[in-house]
Amino acid sequence: MELVTPSIGIIFWTVIAFVFLLILLRIFAWKPILEAIREREQSIDDALNQAELAKVEMSRLTAQNEELMKSARAERDLILKEAKTLKDNIVNEAKTQAHNEGVKLIEKARIEIDNQKKAALAELKDQVSTLSIEIAERVLRGQLSDKAKQQDLVANLLKEVELN
Amino acid sequence: MDCNHVFDFKVKRLIVVVALLSAFLSIRSSAYAQTDSLAAVAGNEVPSTEVHAEGAGHGAPGGEEKFEPTKVIVEHIADSHMWHMWGETSIPLPVIVYTANGGLDLFSSAHFHHGKEDYKGAVNTYRLVEDKVKVVGADGKIDEAASASLIDISITKNVAAMFVSVVVILLVFISAAGAYKRRTGKGPRGIQSIVEPFIVFVRDDIARPNIGHKYAKFMPYLLTIFFFIWINNMLGLIPIFPGGANVTGNIALTLVLSVATLIIVNLNGNKHYWKHIFFPDVPFWLWPLMVVVEVVGVISKPFALMIRLFANITAGHIIVLSLISLIFIFKTMAIAPVSIAFVLFMDVLELLVAFLQAFIFTLLTALFIGMAVDEHH
Repeated sequence: MELVTPSIGIIFWTVIAFVFLLILLRIFAWKPILEAIREREQSIDDALNQAELAKVEMSRLTAQNEELMKSARAERDLILKEAKTLKDNIVNEAKTQAHNEGVKLIEKARIEIDNQKKAALAELKDQVSTLSIEIAERVLRGQLSDKAKQQDLVANLLKEVELN
Repeated sequence: MDCNHVFDFKVKRLIVVVALLSAFLSIRSSAYAQTDSLAAVAGNEVPSTEVHAEGAGHGAPGGEEKFEPTKVIVEHIADSHMWHMWGETSIPLPVIVYTANGGLDLFSSAHFHHGKEDYKGAVNTYRLVEDKVKVVGADGKIDEAASASLIDISITKNVAAMFVSVVVILLVFISAAGAYKRRTGKGPRGIQSIVEPFIVFVRDDIARPNIGHKYAKFMPYLLTIFFFIWINNMLGLIPIFPGGANVTGNIALTLVLSVATLIIVNLNGNKHYWKHIFFPDVPFWLWPLMVVVEVVGVISKPFALMIRLFANITAGHIIVLSLISLIFIFKTMAIAPVSIAFVLFMDVLELLVAFLQAFIFTLLTALFIGMAVDEHH
């Protein structure tokens, strides 16, 4: 029975010790510890939330980048296409122009050649006529020195005229 | 009373099963200890460090004294005015007694010379009879009337051991709190890593599920009883000084703790709680019966806490001492390895029980507080 009879001394000292312990621990241990744990958990929670937000933001940015890339690519393609068209146009134009220019030059050259030819012909004719006149003059002079021959000549000339 | 959430987790269910099993074992073993003592034959005391270490070796050095396990065990389980160290060496503890006729007397228990001599204090002459302080009258006989009025608030072995544990707890947790202040916002390290899991355990597995969102207010109390009981249980398992006292296996201490729980629960009871007690939801003609049942329930819940802790820890000490006593009952060293093996097993089990009892006491306290502050009825 002694074991299950609470002794007043132990009750007395336990009350004192326990209340003392409770008050001291409450002020100097539990308050700072629980506060620190709560704060740490809060900061971990915040960090996780922020990480989550960052992840969403990141995926948003990635999507945006993708979009940008896509549009950039499309734009590049467009620009390339335009450039190609432009190039083709330029080349075509240049070709046409060159062709035209060539044609013009050829034309010019031909005209020049014609002119030159004409001039040359004219000169040649001129010279030929001069020469022929001179020759004719010489021949005539030679022919005319002989009466018979003059007659032949006239006859021949007349014959020729008739033939014409 | 909805206790289902106590059994929510498999682990908890397992713990409860182990607890019941160990309680059952302990009770059975204490019963055996009693029968053993009855059947015990006279025997010589074999000198053994094991017994001295357990603080149970009070046998006379002469070797012819009859070995009585019950006496040895009860001596250990009960309180004492000496803190027995080994052999004949004991630490004297202060005796503080108050008698109605004269007042307070304070002296060292060394003056009693293990009960062989009387001590004449300022007020009365005292004698130690079976570790109880008695008043000795002028005729040299014990003055029964004065002894009955004597209030003994000595620093006994249990009180001293409790002070040791209080100092240990304060040192551990105040230094941990210092570490928390120094390392704000950083991860736990050193002593923090040891205490934090248990603090978080008390908060997340005991307070929060049972009390709900108002748990924060009760955290200091729950943490304090949890660590107070646990550390005292563990110190009680250490066979040498400054452990070895049966602090939490003392009904006075468990009485104080359960009364503390009773007060906290009832001071925080809200109107639903009181309505449930005095105006239960039953037909009116059942009220007289139900009110009695409910009021008894208010008392019986902390009463069960008191008995549970006391019985578990005391039973644990008894079984360990009974196993050690086997060596002396059989009067042979051959049984020693068997005894030691069983003691080792029991000590490991007691280590579990030490935690478990602290856990159960705290859990049930939280549960009672939760029922008192619950808003949805």
